[in-house]
Order: sequence, then C-alpha cells, then structure tokens
Amino acid sequence: MIGQALNRVDGPLKVGGRAAYAYEHWEAGQPLYGFIAGATIGKGRITKIDIARAERSPGVRLVLTHRNAPEQNAPDFSITSQYSRAFPVLNGPEIHYYGEPVALVVAETFEQARAAARLVDVEYAAEAGHYDFAARQNNAYAPKKVNAGLPTDSAVGDFDAGFAGAAVKVDQRYSTPYYFSQAMEPHAAMAVWNGDDLTIYVTDQILAEGRTCVASTLRIDLQRVHLISPYIGGGFGSKLGLHHEAILAALAAREVKQPVKVAMTRQQIFHLVGPRPTTSQRVRLGAGKDGRLVAIGHDVTMYTNPEWEYAEQTAATTRSLYAAPNRLTRHRLTPLDRQRGEDVRAPGEAPGLLAVESAMDELAYALGIDPVELRIRNEPARDPERDVPFSDRRLVECLREGARRFGWEERPVSPASRRDGRWLVGYGMAAAIRMHFQGTAKVRVRIGRDGIAVVQSDMTDLGTGTYTILTQVAADALGLPIERVRIEIGKSDFPESSGSGGSWGAANSSIALHRACKALREKIEHSAGEPGDLEAEGEVAGMWKEPAYQAYSIHTYGAHFAEVGVDADTAEIRLRRMLGVFAVGRALNAKTTRSQLIGGMTWGVSAALHEEAVVDTRTGAFVNRDLAEYLVPVNADIPDLDAIVLDGFDDKANVLGAKGLGELGICGAGAAVANAVFNATGVRVRDFPITLDKVLPGLPLAEA
Amino acid sequence: MAVSSNDVKMKSAGIGIALTVNGRAHRLELDPRTSLLDALRELLHLTGAKKGCDHGQCGACTVLVNGRRINSCLTLAVMHEDDDIVTIEGLGKPEALHPLQAAFVERDAFQCGYCTPGQICSAIGMLAEARAGWPSHATVDVAAEGTTLTGAEIRERMSGNICRCAAYPNIVAAIRDIVEGVHR
Repeated sequence: MIGQALNRVDGPLKVGGRAAYAYEHWEAGQPLYGFIAGATIGKGRITKIDIARAERSPGVRLVLTHRNAPEQNAPDFSITSQYSRAFPVLNGPEIHYYGEPVALVVAETFEQARAAARLVDVEYAAEAGHYDFAARQNNAYAPKKVNAGLPTDSAVGDFDAGFAGAAVKVDQRYSTPYYFSQAMEPHAAMAVWNGDDLTIYVTDQILAEGRTCVASTLRIDLQRVHLISPYIGGGFGSKLGLHHEAILAALAAREVKQPVKVAMTRQQIFHLVGPRPTTSQRVRLGAGKDGRLVAIGHDVTMYTNPEWEYAEQTAATTRSLYAAPNRLTRHRLTPLDRQRGEDVRAPGEAPGLLAVESAMDELAYALGIDPVELRIRNEPARDPERDVPFSDRRLVECLREGARRFGWEERPVSPASRRDGRWLVGYGMAAAIRMHFQGTAKVRVRIGRDGIAVVQSDMTDLGTGTYTILTQVAADALGLPIERVRIEIGKSDFPESSGSGGSWGAANSSIALHRACKALREKIEHSAGEPGDLEAEGEVAGMWKEPAYQAYSIHTYGAHFAEVGVDADTAEIRLRRMLGVFAVGRALNAKTTRSQLIGGMTWGVSAALHEEAVVDTRTGAFVNRDLAEYLVPVNADIPDLDAIVLDGFDDKANVLGAKGLGELGICGAGAAVANAVFNATGVRVRDFPITLDKVLPGLPLAEA
Repeated sequence: MAVSSNDVKMKSAGIGIALTVNGRAHRLELDPRTSLLDALRELLHLTGAKKGCDHGQCGACTVLVNGRRINSCLTLAVMHEDDDIVTIEGLGKPEALHPLQAAFVERDAFQCGYCTPGQICSAIGMLAEARAGWPSHATVDVAAEGTTLTGAEIRERMSGNICRCAAYPNIVAAIRDIVEGVHR
C-alpha cells in the first residue's frame, strides 16, 4: 500500500469544488467582512487619521485603527521560530514598511467594506528609509544563526591559500531578486468568538505555531484558541505563520460580537507576506586541471527586516554538496525598511544552488570537462564539513540515470553551436541536494465498532498529499482497505505536530501514525476479542534528539537536465524539455511524489527565467504587485517536464525509510535552465532572472 | 432549465436580477458593485469558483456563462440578467464526477485544489471553442478547417489559468484523456 500511486483521497472534493478553504465556511453563520487599508509610505508615522467618512459609509460596523485597537503583546524575539511569536497589528502610529495596515474596515458586505476602506483619510510624516538593497550591501552584519538554527559561517582547511593555489578558478557574483510564493489562495481568516473561546478558520501550514501566535498576541489562554484549516490553497512557506488577516479578524470579531472574515487582496500579499530575501552571492571555486576542487567559497548577503531578523540558509547545502579540502561559507544581512522576510519553498537552497550550480557549470567550461563528469569527480566519501558518513547519498546515480534518460551525450558541447530554425538550442544540467529535517509529531488513531480507523492530528495538507499518504500508512499498518480509514487533520485541537514546512510533514506524521497503528494493534490483540472503541497515540521526536541525525548526514538528492531554445533574433527563451531524477529514500505515494517534484522543478524554471518582484526604491513598494506583472509560469511555459524517482529506502532517516521532497524539485532546477541558456547562446547571465534584455546584447550575430 | 427558484437578498441590496445557476433559477437582490464571483460565493455559497486575484489575472474564478468560459471576477453580477451559469458544483458531484473531473483526479492534475475548479471550467469552455474551430496563438494554420488539440494547443489555450502548484503536465494529460476519449 505504501508507495502505490493511489489517487488523492480528497481529490473528488477538490475537483467538485466542495473542499472548503478558510474564507468559505458558513457553519458559524453570516460573517461581517473586513478590508485592510494599508500605508502608502515605507517609513514614518501617522500624523492624522480621520475615520469619520468611513464610519458613516453604508453598512460599516467598525473601523479599527491604532487609536482604538486593543493592546496586544509585543513579539518576543528570543523565541527562535518567528511564527510562534506574537504578531501585533495596528499597535502604534509608526509605519515600518509600505502597505502596513493602518485600518481595518468591517462592514456588512465585502463591497461596503472595500469602498469604506478607501475613505479612511490618513496623513503621514514620511521619513527617509532604506529600500535599495544594492546600495546598502556594505552595511551588512553577521547574524548569530541562520534559518533552521544552522551556523552562520563555516570554515574547513585554509580557503584563502587553497583558492590562491588552484590551477583553475571561478570567482563570480550572482544576484537573485525578491521572490514570492504567491499561493493561489490568498491569506484569509474568519474569526468566531464563543464566550472566551476563539475559533479561527485559517489557511496555515503549522497550526501549533499559529495557535501560539494568536494566544500570545491577544493575551489569552492557549487552550481557548482553536484553529481550523482543513484545506489550504497552496502555501510554499508563505503560510508557515499567520499574518495580519488572522489577528485583525480576531480583534474585530471580538469588538462587533459577530464572525468577521478578512482576506488579503493579491496586491496586499506582496507587502504583508514576506518575500524570499533578495541576495548577492559570491561563489569561488578553485580546482586542479583534473577538475578536482581544492577550494569552495560561498559568501551570501541578503536583506532582513531590522526587527524580525530572517536569514535564509543560502550556503548551507554548499557545505555538503562537493568534496574539497578548503572551504568557507558565510551569511550576512543588510537591514532594509521592508516587511520581514519569510520562508519561500526551499529557503536558501533554491537561490544558493542557483549560484553554486551555475558556478560549477562555469568551472566545467573553463576546464573543458563534461559538467556531469565534473560533479562525479567531486563526489565526497563522507560529509565534507561534518565529517560523518552519508546515510544514503545517491547523487552520482541520479546524475548517470538522468544523463542516460535525457540523452545528455547528444548535447552541443560548445556554446552557441546548435541551431533549429530560428532557435539557438542549448542543454544544461545541475545537481540537486536538500537537507532532510525531522520534527516532533503526535498522531492519534482510533478504531470503533464499525471497523473504521480514524486518524487525528493537527497536521495540514496544502496540496502535498497528507490525506492520501496517511491513508496509505494507516491502511498498511492496520491491514485495512483504504475505504475504512478516515483522516482528520487541520484542527489545532488534535494531537500536535510540527505541521507542513521544511518538507518534513510527510515523514514526521507518517512515522508517528505508523507507531500509533502499531500500538493500536497491540491493544487490539490484548483486547481478547472484546470489540469496542480503542485508541492509541504515536510520536516522533525532533532530529536533535535522534542519534542517527548526529551520526549521519541525511539529505535528498537529484539531477536536473534541461533543453532550451533561445530566439536568435529576439533572445526570447523557451524551455523545450526538462527531466529530473531524484533519490528521496522511499516515496510514500508515487503519484503525489511526482507531482511535488515537477511542481518544484517548475519553480526552478521560473526562478531562472520569470519571477522578480521589483522595488520602487523611493518607498519600498513592489511595483509589479499582481499576477500579471509578477510572472509565474503558465501552462504554455512548461512543455515537456518529468520527474523520475529512484527506488530507495533510507534506513537511517526513519523506520519508513522516507524523506521530504516538497522542496527538492526546485533545488538546482533553475541552474540547469540557466546553464542551458549559456550553452545555447554563449551568454552567461548571473543576475537572475535571465530575461531577454540581458541575453540579447551578447547573442552571436546571425550568419549573413 | 430552471428546476426551482431561490430568492437571496444582500444587505446592501440595490438591484434585483434573475439568473440561472446550475439549473436552478435565482432572484438576487444585490449591490450593483458585486462581481459575479462574489455573488456566487457570498450570496449563493457556491464557493467552488475561487477568488485568486480578483483582477482576471489567474483564472481561478472561471465559470461558464451560456456555455462560454469567463473570469467571473471581471464581470458584475447585474450584467447577467437571464443568463445561464454553470459552476464547478453544477458539473458533477464528488460521488458522480464529470468525466473531466474524474480525469483530473486520475492524472493528479492538481495539488492544493484552489485553481482546480477554474481549470476544469476553463477546459470545458476551451474544448467547446476548439470544437467550434476557434484558432489560437499555437495554431499553425489558422485558415485550416477544424482544430486538432495538440499538446501545444492545449497548453496555449489553458494559459489563462495559473496553477502555482504547477500541475501543468498533468492538467494537459487529463484534458488529452477527454479529447482522445479515454474514459475512466
């Protein structure tokens, strides 16, 4: 049962339009509608706020501003996870970033709330802010840790001496823009008070953290907060935490004594939800003439909000990917006056590998070595910085299998050497690597007299397939047909997990469920044929308490191969085909696994070619704040793209042999595309995304 | 075809209209500013049509109006007097899916499911356009009779519907199953 290509068990509800997302619950009755009014400056303070016209507007029931908003707790920055901290809104006249809410207008209809929000009259004293990353890079500092508690810097051997003495060197700077998750479902919440109990229908990947955030912000007992999030319309990290919508809805609903729902507009998401930090990266690779690396250096600078420090682990995978005796990685932060940075799918790994795997391609051309072969020559026997064995490293297999399936030997060896009509054709490849994390999780399973097993956890499914894989795990462990398994997740009152994030949700919840089922079977055996309701709980500990995670380097791997066409006259870039081959331990469901991986690969394509949020350096506003101007891939951009998963089982990772894969697909994918663009044109663009204006000036002149 | 009638009045009502949604006649009293999407979602509680951008940029709100696909966020409800509207809920029920809905499940043509109702409604509208011989940007010979729905044609014609989970290859496979008459 585990591993089979079972169709999504929630599929019929979703294709039937019957799965209820956060803004779509009616069981609490007709709600009022809240609409956010945001600041039109990037830094400064409100000097006057006149809500009289808004209050008189038809249907308006409440206008909440910093002057009448209840006092809330300030965030405790000593709490490591930013999503567990208090998140106060409307808590003063100061404006910290463009678009920060200055008012919530609550009315009987959405139309009334939206219209009245425009009548809130705000005057500001604007201050000079810092919005321009490129201009502020010299003001960077070293954070104490980076995301996931990883070290800020690492050093092995003597990088400077090793690099100086290398026969062949690459020393290049790469930059990546602000990227956004932009899940299809906007951030939304509906708050319902019942006495002192607060129920919020939310769209939230980690309910336990969301609940802590709400309780802390509103100064109420954790047990009084109930979050409900059965279906999530995509998250990709942007819903690891709650935002203004949830806190505003809760505050307003308490005031008006009626349910209130609030959704961000698509434009608001660009200013109220954190972007992946823009980065500037310097990659230095030193190698012998045989291609063996003697020195690897990866220096990263990215922006951070001044208060809510956030550092992606951009150079973390560089510490494990290739062998080299001399190594150096560093992360630095430049404070800017914009919203906090937040996790976006494969935080750090995605932009980091964009740079490092581009640099490896540059090294391959400098050496005249096949890029696949260069990577194989630098395969380490042990984790090169931690000096521990790998649990299940299969990068070389992925490279060889991918090369074979893709037809890599047919590639144009020299850049700009192949034409197909008006198209310059190029092949590119890159390696994929991502750390596997394990977090705490509890899952309960109960079996009744009807023979139906009910699984309960506060785990979530944001399209990842949780409902389906948990069905498979329970059916497998209990020996039941899938029709006799019911999965109940997405409620904070259920046993606590670490939710969905960091690609750890599937393994965490599956292991805990597997153990719960095992315990339940023992109870059934001991119940001596007396039928009745029986239940059991299963648990998994965090990786910091698991000896295997100290003893082994546990990662997932892959190899991407891409073919692009670049228009010889206009430099228009089109992906022609792409293949990824991955080693993820044991895949829990062949169908949803492939979907996750092709989805991630597509994100890599657009990180290389499309996505970029552009800053107005006068105010910090993102000028292209909608889905027509912030370009995400559409169907026509993704012609022939597939993912292959090698059969596997990582017995060091956990009892099921499964590892996370929701983020692996994006890791390295963009670099494969970028390297294909170079192979097609001979133009190396290091400032992502690779748009035609950056390629066009360097295109080879057409033959007369 | 109306099977029964249902009156719904909005709090900020102003204008009354009559229309048919999924075969059921409705008389709505509503704010003239209400989009067709918000009328479906907030008045009729037909939340299958999704609000992804409210600007006609993502396609999640796609429904069929008199058989043609439109972005329901870009049109006001009051413009649809006497129109016949079909939403995802009218195509099939979870226990009795439309063949295209079943193909989406079989091909795993979605992940989070939020764009899915729009994708499916859009595909049904698109198939009708192709049957009627409408060319697209991907059509090699726009003067030729009939339309062959190649992969490139399907991808082009479905590019008004964003899927951020990026199930695109699977969406194309599901639609091809219908085009090629693969019944599941």
